Amino acid sequence: MARYDRAITVFSPDGHLFQVEYALEAVRKGNAAVGVRGSDTVVLGVEKKSTPKLQDSRTVRKIVSLDTHIALACAGLKADARVLINRARIECQSHRLTVEDPVTVEYITRYIAGLQQKYTQSGGVRPFGLSTLIVGFDPYSEKPALYQTDPSGTFSAWKANATGRNSNSMREFLEKNYKETSGKETIKLAIRALLEVVESGGKNIEIAVMTHKDGLRQLEEAEIDEYVAEIEAEKAAAEAAKKGGFCFIILY
Amino acid sequence: MKKMKVISPILMEVSWVPCSPLRRVRIGPIKVRYRMLLLVFRLSFLSFFPSLSLSQHFAPTRTKPHHRISVSLNLKQRKQREEKRRMMMKLDTSGLESFSAAVPSAMATAEDQLFAPPSFDLPAGCADFDKFQMEAKQTLKHAKGTTTLAFIFNQGVIVAADSRASMGGYISSQSVKKIIEINPYMLGTMAGGAADCQFWHRNLGIKCRLHELANKRRISVTGASKLLANILYSYRGMGLSIGTMIAGWDEKGPGLYYVDSEGGRLKGNRFSVGSGSPYAYGVLDNGYRPDMTVDEAHELARRAIYHATFRDGASGGVVSVYHVGPNGWKKLSGDDVSELHYKYYPVQPTPVEHEMVDAPPA
Repeated sequence: MARYDRAITVFSPDGHLFQVEYALEAVRKGNAAVGVRGSDTVVLGVEKKSTPKLQDSRTVRKIVSLDTHIALACAGLKADARVLINRARIECQSHRLTVEDPVTVEYITRYIAGLQQKYTQSGGVRPFGLSTLIVGFDPYSEKPALYQTDPSGTFSAWKANATGRNSNSMREFLEKNYKETSGKETIKLAIRALLEVVESGGKNIEIAVMTHKDGLRQLEEAEIDEYVAEIEAEKAAAEAAKKGGFCFIILY
Repeated sequence: MKKMKVISPILMEVSWVPCSPLRRVRIGPIKVRYRMLLLVFRLSFLSFFPSLSLSQHFAPTRTKPHHRISVSLNLKQRKQREEKRRMMMKLDTSGLESFSAAVPSAMATAEDQLFAPPSFDLPAGCADFDKFQMEAKQTLKHAKGTTTLAFIFNQGVIVAADSRASMGGYISSQSVKKIIEINPYMLGTMAGGAADCQFWHRNLGIKCRLHELANKRRISVTGASKLLANILYSYRGMGLSIGTMIAGWDEKGPGLYYVDSEGGRLKGNRFSVGSGSPYAYGVLDNGYRPDMTVDEAHELARRAIYHATFRDGASGGVVSVYHVGPNGWKKLSGDDVSELHYKYYPVQPTPVEHEMVDAPPA
């Protein structure tokens, strides 16, 4: 044990925690994930890498539920994700047992972020290499919520956010096109953001929708293809309208 | 080994021992320890010549033989008698068997008994330790000498309690605050050990406040009572004596829970805790209606506590009544029980005395 009590995460002379920043690099190499909060729906979308033919794709779940009213998607090291998710699930049940109330989204986010921070300040451990997007509905106020945590242990609430590969371009797109949506519009916004960085098609995207009444629902490939088709049609119509207008101006 | 001819051991008694008692000697085909030989001959010697016992040499003054009713005892009977005597004197060292016990008791010499491990009585309570532990706990447990009650009605929760503290037959105080304000919207009642209740209620107040700060919302009555019940359960069996009710108003409306030091936790509409609770229940259950006004509920609670203090010796003092509404708790009244008595049952002049005054002289 003597060999393992040296802190791995130490400050650099100019105030950086390099291990944490390297962990963020690992996150940037992970698959893209996006989350959008609507007025009555929250949507999580994850890029799905092509599954090898012999792999059972059902065992590779990228969007998981922590409780009946909370779901999580993450980008980064999947093994770290598994450990973190297990701890979070235990904490959700433990909270139900001690206080007889389900957790709020903020509480469980705070717990996960606290856990991630603990591993940046302990000896012999490295930080978790993942950022999470946590969505859910508060059991009391029934309002939807979206939170993001990162390897340094900070967390904040968002209206829409993205992590993982090309998250910057996704976030720019969301900033440009975000508006208060509900129901299907929220789903379409999430898919559009993902399509910026991912090849289009139902087999490359995984979407999960959560409502207060129905809980978490993973969309089928066919459904996703439908949405994608709708989005493409809208895009084409928008292009045509733009072109048409241009031609109109030129002609006249 | 030098071969030793055994010459009359009887003579040895008087004079000298030719070799060490532990040495193995041969008598014809048999090889025995010399000690064994000596003993056999000693016993046979004694049986044939009862008067010529060894005591003769130690107490030379006695020359006459022992006068006994039954003189003629054969060897077997004599051996049995000796054994019995030895058994009676012997301490019970069955739990401390050592190698000396493996040797047959006939062989045990005086030295062996001297060096045997000492035996002692086990301390009281060790025979049945569980019963001893239960009895010890019972002596420490003070039966909750108090009367507290709480009930939920349409307008909130009413909490009422007496204010007497007693130690056995001695009334130590008539002005104990038995309703503890955990926070501005939650109350707890005290029954059982005063120190236990006060400490753990204050501890609960700390936890509730921390929950508020961490989660930016007030803790529910359910959560607060669950926190307390979990703490008390972890101290179960260690002698805490608490029978408390947690009453409050949270987002789900009025809440009332009964929590005790055995770790039990019950949700309910009407509770009364303490030695006076049977009397309080009688009045409370009789007069309870969910659609009472605050004043009616107040009067019901006050009357219930009064009746309990009237009949129960461990309850008395001042009746305090609190009301918990949507904006928090408010103390409604604190009336001395003896004054309440005369309010409910004012003194009436008895007719008998009048008669005696007016009786005409005979």
